[in-house]
Amino acid sequence: MSGAMARRRFLALGGGLTLAGGLSACSSPLASGLTGSQPDPADVVFWNLFTGGDGANMALMENAFRTEHPGTTVEATILGWGNPYYTKLALATASGTPPDVGISHLSRLPLLAASGLLEPVAETGVTELGVTPDRFTPAAWKKATVNGTAYAVPLDTHPFVLFYNVDLAKKAGLLNAAGDGLKPMKGRAAFTDAVKAMKEAGARYGAAMSITADPSTAWRWFSMIYSGLAGPVVTGSGTTIDIDAGAMQETFDFMQSLTGPGLMPRSLNGSGANALFSTGKAGFLFDGEWQIPSYRLVKGLRFNVVPFPALLGPEPVAYADSHALVVPRNPKRSSARTAHAAQFIKSLLDHSATWAHGGHVPAWLPSQRSKAFLGQSPQRNYVQAAFNARYDPVAWYTGAGSDFQNTVGATVIEVLAGRLGPKEAVSAMRADLKRYTTARPPVTMK
Amino acid sequence: MTTVASTRPARRPAPVRTARGRSPRSDRRAGLLLSTPFLVVYLLFLAGPLLMGIVLSFFNTTTVKDGLGDWVGVSNYTKVLRDPLFWDAMWHSVLFTLITTPLLVVLALLFAILASRVRRGRVFYRLAFFAPYVVPSSVVALIFLWMYTPEVGLFPKLFGAVGLPVPDFIGSTSGGWTAVILMTLWWTFGFNFVLYTAAIQDVPPDVYEAAAIDGASPWQQIRLITVPLLRPTTGLVLILQILASLKVFDQIYLLLGGGPAQSTRPVIEYIYDTGFTSYRGGYGAAATMVYFVIIVAISTAWYALRRRSATPAAPRTAA
Repeated sequence: MSGAMARRRFLALGGGLTLAGGLSACSSPLASGLTGSQPDPADVVFWNLFTGGDGANMALMENAFRTEHPGTTVEATILGWGNPYYTKLALATASGTPPDVGISHLSRLPLLAASGLLEPVAETGVTELGVTPDRFTPAAWKKATVNGTAYAVPLDTHPFVLFYNVDLAKKAGLLNAAGDGLKPMKGRAAFTDAVKAMKEAGARYGAAMSITADPSTAWRWFSMIYSGLAGPVVTGSGTTIDIDAGAMQETFDFMQSLTGPGLMPRSLNGSGANALFSTGKAGFLFDGEWQIPSYRLVKGLRFNVVPFPALLGPEPVAYADSHALVVPRNPKRSSARTAHAAQFIKSLLDHSATWAHGGHVPAWLPSQRSKAFLGQSPQRNYVQAAFNARYDPVAWYTGAGSDFQNTVGATVIEVLAGRLGPKEAVSAMRADLKRYTTARPPVTMK
Repeated sequence: MTTVASTRPARRPAPVRTARGRSPRSDRRAGLLLSTPFLVVYLLFLAGPLLMGIVLSFFNTTTVKDGLGDWVGVSNYTKVLRDPLFWDAMWHSVLFTLITTPLLVVLALLFAILASRVRRGRVFYRLAFFAPYVVPSSVVALIFLWMYTPEVGLFPKLFGAVGLPVPDFIGSTSGGWTAVILMTLWWTFGFNFVLYTAAIQDVPPDVYEAAAIDGASPWQQIRLITVPLLRPTTGLVLILQILASLKVFDQIYLLLGGGPAQSTRPVIEYIYDTGFTSYRGGYGAAATMVYFVIIVAISTAWYALRRRSATPAAPRTAA
């Protein structure tokens, strides 16, 4: 009897708690999420994928906007980098509840634009605020344009660059007369000699890069060298393989000429590359400029960053990507909200010298030419790389952190590790690309 | 005394039933009421998505667009079944299961027995063996990645220090498998260890006392009492381990990213790569369904096998 009573009391208590929880949740994000209503949105809802140093810089830029526009509120949400971010952005937009402003890599833009998820820049009202194509790094603006329509406002260019250890470079006799940069060099032989000189100057390796389990970095390195000789590996919006077999074989051969004789490690991951370069055991480091803030923290390491010289082709090429600001399509967005979004985008551009502290080159020329940016070293050294930037080829499957980069990058890793000869690697690459050119695209691209 | 303990305990009598062989109405109502929360969650988060997944697998659904997309019939399935990378990934999941399952079961049993037989500090050993299991996979992967890192990691340095050739733990296929399996062993065997420890505690101590009086050595006690009495637990541990190993994803993804050259990519990563990274939701759903059918088949076969082997009526004796 007492057991039954206890059970009833327990059930009643549980029911009461559930009810109370339900009532108090009415105004919470949970309840609004379940009912699909907006939880008292701020004037600008901004989604990005920046953590660490980039996240801190972005918060500074958001605060600058808040100070300049005291009446306008901003709600910034940080989502996980890569797939989690892009999946949520796409799903939220497709289901009619997108943010007002979002970040996208330009390499990821073609599919988002083709899916009709983005407002064309011309319709967001930023043009009226002075955001015009002529005030951006041309390569970035071009990449933000799909079939003649611009869908994103580029915030930066982040190229793949050449880090070097200043003390080792000095010993190796690679520094210029002023001592603030490398002596000019050009071509395969000169570059190989420089790497050799670094090794002879006392480093364990002339150069190092993240190879193992890092297909994206391997792909960047490959893509940069190959682009000096030939055009994109796929054309026709990603439907046709367009390989220059000779150029590709030459590229692979060059890559192996560095790892083969031990000028570079054949197997090394990101943390290993960091450890070798920051302890002076590698003269050069091939990596993205976004690594600058982390090397700044290394005591006693004197390093500098420059764009890569021309390697195989006549002109220097920089593999790059860009962070860009997009306005996801939302038919229900009021014109007042759109106006706030435009103001917010303009403000982020104006403060992109702050953004450059993370190593990125501002795409907004007024910022790129400002004292606030030109005072930043080594960032000012590789501005030219933004102008020589080559992005991933246009296709539904390419871009930052894509499955495509994992697949083709895996082949490049095999070459760097010496397990695949240049000739076999070309056919392996062809097979990799065929997977994508023959797959059914999720969205039809023009 | 010995005879009583060495035969299997009789099955418990069936629960009391009413004259018509059914439980009273109020009991049934209470049962239904108490299981409602579970049923709701089950339907909402398991049966619902499963049905949705079946539907999606017949469409060119994508995560960048609203709606199901175009009807493509069974072509997603034919493409999955014809994709050599899918079968490679499938083989990697199976290979991982084949290698890890026996090791994880045997090692867990071994250490559970050892931990139960120590006289001092039993709690410490139990805790120490179980502790790795509660560490998140991301943390474990990070620690092991540091130890495996070529050139600067602990393992390459140790091998180099004693003059052995340094294996490429994360850069070569064999090294990658070794790295993942060693890490998985250290990280997950605590779960099976706990199941065995619990089962060992259920073995009445007087059985051992009697055996000791009869002159059985510790090894004989383990071989002839502990291991046979743990047989039901072993069955449970085995099937749980097979299913857990087949579902391997996070440690391989975090440690190797499925590399080198996708030679360790498990089937779940294949599904993740195509379904999420390439936005091909329908295709990913088809791959999931193929995999789902295979897992269900394995579980069913296992239970059928166990039923058959459990039926023999002859009472087993321990000695």
